[in-house]
Amino acid sequence: MADVQIMNGNQLIAEAALLAGCRFYAGYPITPSSEIPELLARRMPEVGGIFMQLEDEIASIVAAAAASYAGYKSMTASSGPGISLKQEGLGMACMMELPLVIVDVMRGGPSTGLPTRASQSDYMQARWGTHGDHMIIAVAPGTLLECYTETIRAFNMAERYRTPVLILSDATLAHLSSGVTLPPPDTLEIVDRRQPAVEPENYRPYEISATNPVPPLPNRENFPRYRFHMTGLNKDATGFPTENATTVLADENRMINKIMDASADIESFEHYQLEDAQVAVIAYGSNANAARVAIKEARAQGLKVGMFRPITVWPFPFQQVMELGRKFKHIIVSEMNLGQMIHEVQRALQGRSELHSVLQAAGTPIRPQQILQKIREVSA
Amino acid sequence: MAFRCELRFAGVGGQGNILAGAIIAETAIIYEHRFATQVPTYTSQVRGGPTKADVIISDQSIEFPEATHLDFMLALDQRTYDMYKGDLKNHAVVLVDDNLVRVSAQERETWDIYGFPMIRTAKYDVGNVLTANILAVGMTVELTKVVDKEHVRKILHTRIRPALLEVNMKAFDLGLRAARSLQLQKVQQHAGTTTLLGHLVPAQDSSFVRDSAPPR
Amino acid sequence: MSVDYPRYLRNDKLPLYWCPGCGNGIVLKALIGAIDELHWEKNDIVMVSGIGCAARGSGYVDFHTLHTLHGRAVPAATAIKMCHPSMHVIVFSGDGDMLAIGGNHFIHACRRNIDITMVVVNNWIYGMTGGQYSPTTPPGSKASTMPRGNIDSNFDVVELARGAGATFVARGSVADPISLKNYLRKGLEHKGISVIDALSTCHTQWGGRNQLGDPVQLVEHIRNITVNRSNAGALSPEELQGKMITGIFHQDPGKKEYAQAYYELSHPVEQTVVV
Repeated sequence: MADVQIMNGNQLIAEAALLAGCRFYAGYPITPSSEIPELLARRMPEVGGIFMQLEDEIASIVAAAAASYAGYKSMTASSGPGISLKQEGLGMACMMELPLVIVDVMRGGPSTGLPTRASQSDYMQARWGTHGDHMIIAVAPGTLLECYTETIRAFNMAERYRTPVLILSDATLAHLSSGVTLPPPDTLEIVDRRQPAVEPENYRPYEISATNPVPPLPNRENFPRYRFHMTGLNKDATGFPTENATTVLADENRMINKIMDASADIESFEHYQLEDAQVAVIAYGSNANAARVAIKEARAQGLKVGMFRPITVWPFPFQQVMELGRKFKHIIVSEMNLGQMIHEVQRALQGRSELHSVLQAAGTPIRPQQILQKIREVSA
Repeated sequence: MAFRCELRFAGVGGQGNILAGAIIAETAIIYEHRFATQVPTYTSQVRGGPTKADVIISDQSIEFPEATHLDFMLALDQRTYDMYKGDLKNHAVVLVDDNLVRVSAQERETWDIYGFPMIRTAKYDVGNVLTANILAVGMTVELTKVVDKEHVRKILHTRIRPALLEVNMKAFDLGLRAARSLQLQKVQQHAGTTTLLGHLVPAQDSSFVRDSAPPR
Repeated sequence: MSVDYPRYLRNDKLPLYWCPGCGNGIVLKALIGAIDELHWEKNDIVMVSGIGCAARGSGYVDFHTLHTLHGRAVPAATAIKMCHPSMHVIVFSGDGDMLAIGGNHFIHACRRNIDITMVVVNNWIYGMTGGQYSPTTPPGSKASTMPRGNIDSNFDVVELARGAGATFVARGSVADPISLKNYLRKGLEHKGISVIDALSTCHTQWGGRNQLGDPVQLVEHIRNITVNRSNAGALSPEELQGKMITGIFHQDPGKKEYAQAYYELSHPVEQTVVV
């Protein structure tokens, strides 16, 4: 057990980012994400990367996106209100198709809310916080180890699909420390952005091939040789603004479909004791741990319960939940907010199952007993 | 029987109770090869706000890190004590700074309560008020035996700056001694006729942990 | 020696998006002239802009170009300079973009002394959105959102930049493009943050509302209200009333540049041990 390290969720995200190749971080101080910049301020210079604390949240995400334009793998981190401020920059990264990882250590709200307390109230803001039609990828690690592995996966998806990816953590995971055995680096896949196959004078930043809807993007080494234009305006293959309706529509659809069509790669979830279950709990992030304890206890009492835990929470695993609806008469959704993912679940169930909920936005984590009580009610 | 122990270190921001919890959790992980989690809860008030660190130590992996059935609680502040005592199991061990925390007679019936002026002792006897949390770690270890005190010493060496190591070691040792003498007092009171404690166990076996711990 | 302007332009994107007679083209031309004098390679230059008329300038130049969000050119430029410290990074954007919505980034970039050249294309108005007043609209003059005349005080870009710690500060105008080009060149050469307040003209939105709707007349107005620093000393306070001083106001090559400071922090020089 010599390789056990004691780290908290925030530190694991920061270390995973470095392993994934992140060499630019810009952020602004905000609880409960602060251990991420604190670790990176120390570590970035050691690995030849750049750490910046900028004047505000907006500057931070725009800087991180611009670093991505300049070829760097980059990241920013924040929490509820800071993510609200970053939303326009998130949209810019969507439109410019810049790989970018955004960590949201969720806390209560609206407004300043409960700065130091755990919450999952940014579930919908992650999806719909920025304006305009777009698709987003968001992952919700549920354990300390997943803080590490999902961060690496977030960078890989950002680079592979040229898109921003959100990591939805929360104050409980962020500050939970425990012993973690990290997987050996050589067992982890690290994805780098695909490089242009053409000479600089022929490069178009949004020109796609027949087989890949994701155009290549110069990396740090190639950036100086490849001169191109990027804009937050709707653009054509050259990167310049266009208002041509056909071009705009095709581009908007491509940006959504490049993610939706890759769901086999992007989707990630856990089935926990669902095989023989009669009731299914749907929970994600740190709250799924409370659900897991509740399910163990319920099973000890003879109640057949299981859990569906989305790890990729956006795009929403619509098909998976639809299938749960075919199998389960009762489904319990638990989340640390007053009902956000439950709306997506409801849409996917199409009335097939009876929907129950254990919701809480009190700053304190939902306890296993609360979920157990609901399981008992539903099973009765 | 599976080993599981839930501990809470409660106080106000600045007292170092989160570090106290972290030291116990780290000792369990690094030197006792157990599963342990430490999850702090605090407010945005950097000094003076209610703070707690929940530590769970188990020989099985820990799924939910918030303590819900406490075997032990340290309380260095009245408000925090009142706020967080609701999760204590019957007969749980409670260590309070008795200059700062008042405990009711009924609570003394329910829990195995030890009072000691940890902050004052750190200030006047150890000579540095900031060592109160390490003194509390010493008392916690002696009262609960949840981790081996020699292992804690090793963690203290890695966790504490060299310049402050000596004074903290002094606090730790003082904490061990203070806890032993409190336990002895209880045994003596119990032997007499004046004790109010109905569930007292002999000092050597005072730890709830000892009963359920697997052999090391 | 004449400048080969088309060499620096994306000629297929012409004609310019700006109104005929707009001052912004003069500022862009002066900037290209300055770059030409420095013999910089196009591959080594990044131009970043925000949103607004002037910000569209980034689309016409054949450099690395990034057209960001309203007000956010400066943090983007900051990141790019940090990522590629050997490249020349220029921000080309308007007064509303850089001083109102982007004002916070502007002052912090001045304080940080990162080696970026910030060209404030200052035409006193929001041109693209329809002539609303900006932080540099002269008091008393009319705008679509100040129909009775501006009651808001205006920023002096030079004083703002100096106060925030900028290490190169100059003001030029489209009425004197040769001097403007010289200030831009000195700003580009300066190792550290450089701010050039480039007085431009918007006859369409500002001029039309203020009896200066003719572009030539408006440039003449600029000429009449500007005085070069070298001549200002000879004028009485009465004569200087209502005038804007042009020239180089501040130049401090001694302050440590930010990207350099970060590099040194990442590569500490071994301490020499004296035995």
